[in-house]
Amino acid sequence: MTTLTIDGAEITVEPGSTVMQACVQAGKEIPHFCYHDRLSIAGNCRMCLVEMERSPKPIASCAMPAADGMVIRTDTEQVKKAREGVMEFLLINHPLDCPICDQGGECDLQDQAMAYGRHFSRFDEGKRAVRDKDVGPLIETIMTRCIHCTRCIRFADEIAGVEEFGAVFRGEHMEIGTYVEKAVSSELSGNMIDLCPVGALTSKPYAFVARSWELHTTETVDVLDAVGSNIRVDARGTEVLRVVPRLHDEINEEWLSDKSRFAYDGLRRRRLDRCYVRRNGALEAASWAEAFDAISSAAKGLKGDQIAALAGDMADCEAMTALADLMGVLGSPHLDCRQDGAKLDPTSRASYLFNSTIAGIEEADAILLIGTNPRWEASLVNARIRKRWRRGGLKVGVIGPQVDLTYPYHHLGDGPESLATLAKGGHAFADVLKMAERPMLIVGQGALARPDGAAVLAHARAVADASGMVSDGWNGFNVLHSAAARVGGLDLGFVPGEGGRDTAAICEGACEGSIRLLYLLGADELGLARPEDCFVVYQGHHGDAGARIADVILPGAAYTEKHGTYVNLEGRPQRAYPATAPLGEAREDWRILRALSAHLGKPLAYDTLDELRARMVERAPALAAIDEITPAPWGDFGTDGAVDEASFASPIGDFYLTDPITRASATMAECSAAFVSAAEEARADG
Amino acid sequence: MTDKAGNGAGTFAFTPENRAKADAVIAKYPAGCQASAVLPLLDLAQRQNGGWISQAVMEHVAGLLDMASIRVYEVATFYTMLNLEPVGRYHVQLCRTTPCWLRGSDALRDACRDELGVGLGDTTEDGLFTLTEVECLGACVNAPMVQINDDFYEDLDPARMKEILRACKAGDPPSPGPQTGRQTSAPSSGPTTLTEL
Repeated sequence: MTTLTIDGAEITVEPGSTVMQACVQAGKEIPHFCYHDRLSIAGNCRMCLVEMERSPKPIASCAMPAADGMVIRTDTEQVKKAREGVMEFLLINHPLDCPICDQGGECDLQDQAMAYGRHFSRFDEGKRAVRDKDVGPLIETIMTRCIHCTRCIRFADEIAGVEEFGAVFRGEHMEIGTYVEKAVSSELSGNMIDLCPVGALTSKPYAFVARSWELHTTETVDVLDAVGSNIRVDARGTEVLRVVPRLHDEINEEWLSDKSRFAYDGLRRRRLDRCYVRRNGALEAASWAEAFDAISSAAKGLKGDQIAALAGDMADCEAMTALADLMGVLGSPHLDCRQDGAKLDPTSRASYLFNSTIAGIEEADAILLIGTNPRWEASLVNARIRKRWRRGGLKVGVIGPQVDLTYPYHHLGDGPESLATLAKGGHAFADVLKMAERPMLIVGQGALARPDGAAVLAHARAVADASGMVSDGWNGFNVLHSAAARVGGLDLGFVPGEGGRDTAAICEGACEGSIRLLYLLGADELGLARPEDCFVVYQGHHGDAGARIADVILPGAAYTEKHGTYVNLEGRPQRAYPATAPLGEAREDWRILRALSAHLGKPLAYDTLDELRARMVERAPALAAIDEITPAPWGDFGTDGAVDEASFASPIGDFYLTDPITRASATMAECSAAFVSAAEEARADG
Repeated sequence: MTDKAGNGAGTFAFTPENRAKADAVIAKYPAGCQASAVLPLLDLAQRQNGGWISQAVMEHVAGLLDMASIRVYEVATFYTMLNLEPVGRYHVQLCRTTPCWLRGSDALRDACRDELGVGLGDTTEDGLFTLTEVECLGACVNAPMVQINDDFYEDLDPARMKEILRACKAGDPPSPGPQTGRQTSAPSSGPTTLTEL
């Protein structure tokens, strides 16, 4: 431990701390711009100057290691003068355009100029101007405002893993730029907006939309992938105006993927805000009573065996509990939450969780990726793997598609036969896994959502067992989900009951007529044509694939509009809170199901959210501990069997268009055109 | 950098001789630290490429050193001796820092402008000369001076400057160094010590 004196008080800090960290620990505020605790130290803004005994001039506290016996002062006249001087220099070329700057009101430079600057400048000369760069559809650049802290460069290099930003030219002419002007090809680029301490990089979709003080904020969780990133939703009135990340060290740290950050405009488009009933082949607007009447007359006389329900990728646990209970009272065993048909085993919780946890990735020393592109399926899991790789000593093997993961890996093969070889120890990487202290494997849905998925799961388990991945305090077997509802659905037992049909069988039954009533809870990814003899009820928030084949549409609430519980891929239940009210006549999903059950004469046994949640915990005890992971015991799972020759493919063809919300988003469509289509064209040309 | 006319054009690869030189430079650095060779390689490439660094040059060097192109671009834009636009066969770099300025660099500048008919930063139409102003080249004792390609021409006056430019134009550059018969940077009135040497 290191002991030093800060402003007359002794403080003991961890060895390796910087003077700035020690000052912060001592409760002193040190103004800074370039320093960021998740990025490397640059020391170029000079705002963090403090006085050190026996040093003739102030020191940059962010870059100075704390040492025993140091005497630091942060409150002297010299420090004040130094900060004023640095601030005056920073403001020499910074335009004083705060009234027209989107960062105004939440700008580090503005705040620190107020707190630490002089109220005047001695600079009468002309300020320099810098040409703006076009870095894609997400980030607006006003480069004249840049103070060259280089946080964006360091973020791109270190966290995002795309070396595309740089500081070009020098001295007074220095600019932040890219090599050839192009969109920054990272799925994490939006984080640069948060990192930029001034208004040089701002959000393009949010440009000139609102001032920070007009917004009311709601702390909730993201559902556009299965990571469960913590987010803050900023809304004004009934409109969500932006989404920004919240700190959660064990999940998303302080980052957020571009999809989760920018898809919010999809919440305004193609929404279902009233009920619809299909009359004479066309969907017509209807009241709740008419819609419920249509459902109850369709359900009349049907046996439980003729009814089925499917839950989609963004369904909340409350709604799935209510729907599962409703299916129970209707006597139907046909329900499934795995609309991609993944052969996940609901009986063993360890078989479908990301058991190592996201933070646990940092302890791993060998990782095997099976049939997954984590960069697209769970961007922040990939960022964690990259973080671990940067520390050194990590070996990564990939079986499946060869894509740029932002870190190097050994490609071991394309399909299940490579996995089978590896399970038998027939590949050098098997030894790497065996020798590793904390080996882990990550199975993607691309490996499981296929006919031989159960056998692939068994092979993956064999690899885990053979390389000693499961031991005391460490479980290296991980399944990577891409749907926010999946783990919650499996926990709640939203899977076929005794003699029940799974997703494929339900769809088949609907087409051939053995299923007469199909209830879709936000299930849009089925690829199902409108069945002739099956009455389809779609409950959801977007007019997407599910609504198109529906006979009755019940308008539900999107994730920013309801109280919900979502279980992320680690098995961590988290609560979502409404930022705005549901649109129009839409209602929270569990309330719709509760009302429908009463209309069908079989009321569910809960009237309030608390009662429902008590029932939910009854179905899935792990959901009781909010934001905590209940470790799952290692059990038997997977079915031995033959595997296909077909290569693994990622379930996500286009990162920016994966669900009804993103498909409705204009921003996501632009991103898809700029990044995914452009890349495909380049490949086709090349 | 696409705004630079012509910068995206062309392809580039080291000639076998230069490739061997490049490999020798790279071999000076420990494995994994090959990026340290970026400056010598850019210099080598600039010489091969007619005195300037094109986009193709940067990409070739980046590929050779396993660096991101932006990292090479950062270096290339930082150093003024690396030219990012084509230059003439004779790159005339006028020193304008205080000692040269006091000794008449303004007059040299005017002489160059008159003789070549171009302004600072421009290249003559025949592609022979590029005229630029630079900061101190470190030959203050022999001020005023210019650098033409790799050579220093020192102790200049406007008339001699014009003569040198004419000689270059004729394809016969005079020998570099002091143009007044002075022995390197000895006192201009002749040596005061070691006179017997």
